[in-house]
Amino acid sequence: MTEPIQVYEYENGLTLVTQRMDWVESVAFSLLVPAGCSRDPQSLLGLGNITCEMVQRGCGPRDSRQFVNDLENLGVDHSASVSNSHASFGGAMLADKLEAALTIHADLVQCPHLPADQLEDARLTCIQEIRALEDNLAQRALQALRLRRYGEPFGRSSQGALETMSRIGMDDIRAFFATAYRPNGAILSVAGKIDFPRLRDRVGELFASWRPAPNAELECVPQNGAPEHIPHESNQTHIAIGYESVPYCHADYYQARAAVGVLSDGMSSRLFTEVREKRGLCYAVYAVCHTLRDRGSVFCYAGTTTERAQETLDVMLHELRQLSCGVHADELQRLKARLKSALIMQQESSSARSGSIAADWYYLRRIQTLEEVGRIVDGLTCESINRYLAEHLPAEFLIVTLGQNALELPR
Amino acid sequence: MIFRHHTLANGLEIIAECNPAAYSAAFAFFVQTGARDETDAPSGVSHFLEHMAFKGTPSRSAADVNRELDEMGAHSNAFTSEEQTVFYITVLPEYQSRAMDLLCDILRPSLRPDDFETEKQVILEEIAKYDDQPPFGAHEKSMALHFGTHPLAQSVLGTLDSVSALTPDQMRGYFAGRYVPNNMTLAAAGNVDFAELVALADQRCGAWQPAPVQRATPRAAANRAARVFPNDIATQQYVVQIANGPAAEDDSRFAARVLSTVVGGDGGSRFFWTLVDTGRAECAVMYSYEYQGTGIYLTILCGPPDQTAANLQAILDTLHTVQRDGITRDELAQAKNKICSQLVLNSELPTNRLFVLGNNWLQRHHYQSVREMIESYHAVTCDDVAQVLAAFPLTECSTVAVGPLRELSIPKAP
Repeated sequence: MTEPIQVYEYENGLTLVTQRMDWVESVAFSLLVPAGCSRDPQSLLGLGNITCEMVQRGCGPRDSRQFVNDLENLGVDHSASVSNSHASFGGAMLADKLEAALTIHADLVQCPHLPADQLEDARLTCIQEIRALEDNLAQRALQALRLRRYGEPFGRSSQGALETMSRIGMDDIRAFFATAYRPNGAILSVAGKIDFPRLRDRVGELFASWRPAPNAELECVPQNGAPEHIPHESNQTHIAIGYESVPYCHADYYQARAAVGVLSDGMSSRLFTEVREKRGLCYAVYAVCHTLRDRGSVFCYAGTTTERAQETLDVMLHELRQLSCGVHADELQRLKARLKSALIMQQESSSARSGSIAADWYYLRRIQTLEEVGRIVDGLTCESINRYLAEHLPAEFLIVTLGQNALELPR
Repeated sequence: MIFRHHTLANGLEIIAECNPAAYSAAFAFFVQTGARDETDAPSGVSHFLEHMAFKGTPSRSAADVNRELDEMGAHSNAFTSEEQTVFYITVLPEYQSRAMDLLCDILRPSLRPDDFETEKQVILEEIAKYDDQPPFGAHEKSMALHFGTHPLAQSVLGTLDSVSALTPDQMRGYFAGRYVPNNMTLAAAGNVDFAELVALADQRCGAWQPAPVQRATPRAAANRAARVFPNDIATQQYVVQIANGPAAEDDSRFAARVLSTVVGGDGGSRFFWTLVDTGRAECAVMYSYEYQGTGIYLTILCGPPDQTAANLQAILDTLHTVQRDGITRDELAQAKNKICSQLVLNSELPTNRLFVLGNNWLQRHHYQSVREMIESYHAVTCDDVAQVLAAFPLTECSTVAVGPLRELSIPKAP
C-alpha cells in the first residue's frame, strides 16, 4: 500500500506535496509561488498584488475570458490571493477535473499573456481592494499591528497604497514576474482522491519548462513599537494586541498554541468567558497564534462600543497577564478534546488538508501527519505548558486601537 | 446515504441522512421562527432568544453549557434568519448521546433576568458592529424598503431601541408560542445512529406540548422604490437591489438559480465581465433566495461613490438585455457545471449537508438527495429560464444605496 502522504521534488525546485484521501470525491490543490508582497519594492507597494491579477488575464492558449470560463466550466471553486510570503492559487473540484485545472495553472505560472491593454483594468481592480480595506476597520487595526510587530517587509499587507499603485507599469510587472514566479521555492499541494504516481508524472510534464530564478534574501527593518491610535468616527473601537511567541517550526509551538487555546478556543475559553459572557462587553473577541518562518506572535482582537472600550482593553490585558499564573487541568482537558476533534474532522475536507500540508512544507520542510499532531496533543500537560509560559511570559504588549477615542494604556 | 424519518407523538419530526463512513455527526434543531414572525412581537426577539438558549436551563448554567460543548470538542453555534432559528452541534460520533442531551436541553432555556441583561449588551454590540461594517446596514434597509408591510420587511437583529426595550416576559411569551414541537424539526447528517437518535429525542423532547402555530406567507408585491441613506464613515458606496423571484415551493427556483449565476455569479458572469473584471466595481453579484410564499433576486453593488450611477446604469442595461434575449446555451451549461460541482463539494461535510437537509424540510417538507438536486439543475433549459424571466422580471426592482453620497440618480427601467 502506498503511503497516504507523498512528497516529490522536481529538478527545477518545485515541490509536490500530496495526501491521498480515498473517502472523498473531491480534490483540492494550492499552488504557492514565492511572489508575496514582501518582494514588493518600497516604491512600488502593491506590485505583487497587481502581478497576481495580471497573470490571471490569459495564459497559454486562453485569453482572459477563456481562462475564467474554462475554470468555471470545470466546476473548479478557484481563488487567488497574495500573502506576505506567497502568491497563492487554489481550487477545489471533483477528482476527475484535477488534471485540466492543473494544466491551466501550469500555463498561468509559465506563460501568462500579461496583456498590456488590460493593465488599467487590473490597476482599477487593485485600487478597489485598497478602498475596500478602508471600510474594514477590524482588518485595518490588525494590519497596523502586524506591521508594528514584524516591521518591513514581513509585516506589510498586500494591497499597497493608491500612490504606489498608480506608478506601476508593465515593465515592473514583467520584471516582478520574471524573478518571483519561480519554481524554486514554489509548493504545489494536492489533497483528496488522487493517484500519486500518475499525478507526479503529469505535474512533471506540465511544469517542465518552468525555469528557476535566483532567490534574493530580504532584509528586515524593524518598526517602532509605540502604541498607535487610529482616529475614526465609528460606533465601535477596535482593539488589537500583539506579543511575541514562538514560530510554527519551534519545538515548543504546541505549548504556545495550547496557551492561546486556553485563552481563546471554544466558548469556555478565558477571553470569551471574561469579556463576553460575564461582562457582555463585545460580540467578537479572540486570540490567535500567527507565524512567520523564524518568528511568531500572538494577536488578540476585540471590537466594542466607544464607552466600553477601556474596560474591554483592561479585561483583555488582565487575562493575558493572568496566563503566567498557569493553566488548569480542566482547561487543558477541554482543549485537547477540541483539538483532537478538529484533527479528525479535518479528514473530511480536502481543501483543509491541502492548505495544511502546503503550510507544513513551507514552515517545516516536512509534512506532519494527523496522527503525529494527535500524539503531540496527547503529550501536552499543564506542567509543560506552564513551564513554557514561565519562560515566555506574555509581555511587552503592542497595542493598536481604531475608533473615536484613544485608550489609557498600561505603563 | 440513507434517508430516515420519524415523527414523535407530539409532532416533532426527526430526519436524518445517515452516512456510516463519515468522521463526524451533525445535529440541529430547525425552529420555524424568525424575523418574519415578529409582526406582533418586538423586533429582534427571535435572534435574542437564539442567544439566550446558550445562557442556561433549569439544570445547567450558561458556563455549564459552554463547558460541556468544549468537553465534547463540539463545533456548535446557532443562527437566525427571516424564517428560521437553527441550533447546531457537530461532534465525533461517539458523542451523539451527550450532544443530543445538551442540544435538547438548551431548547428549553431558563431565560433568567440576570443573564438576559448581560446578553442584551452583547446583542447591542452585535448591532453596533454590523452598523460599522460593509454593507453598513444596506441589506436590512433594502429588505425593509422592498417588502414594506410584508412580514419579510422585519429586521433579524432588530434595532438599538427595540432590543433595549425588550423584557424577559415578552421573550417568554414569544418562546411559548413558537418553540413547540410541531413547529420544529430535528435534523441530523453524517455518522448518525438513527434508532438511538429517535429514542433520545423521545426521552428528552417527548413531553414538550404541541400548540397551534401560524405564519403568514403572502406573495410580495413588485416594488420600484429607491432610497439613499447617507453614511459618513463609509468609503465605498453600497447598493442593494431586490426583485421578486420564485418562492420556496416553486419548481422554477432551479431556473432562477441558474439565471442568477449567469447574470451575477461571483466569476464568469455578465456582471463580472462588465463591472468587476474591468475594475469599475469592487463587487457586483446577484443571488436568488427563496422564502415561503415569495422569493427574491438580490443584487449587491459596491464601488467608488462617483461611479455608482454609471455602474447602476450598466447593471440595468445588463438586466434589460437578459430580460429581452434570455441566456445562451453556453451560459446555461457553464452555470449548471458550476452549481452542480459546488453542490457535490459542499455535501462532503456533514455540517453543510445538515443545513441543506433541514432547510429543505422546513421550506418544502421534502427530502432531496444530492443526486436528485443535481438532476433538477440538469433539467433546466433556456426556455425554463425565459419563463422565469417572464414571470419575475429582473428589471422590476427596488434600490437602496448606503455610503458617502447624499443623493444618487437611480436609473429606472422604462
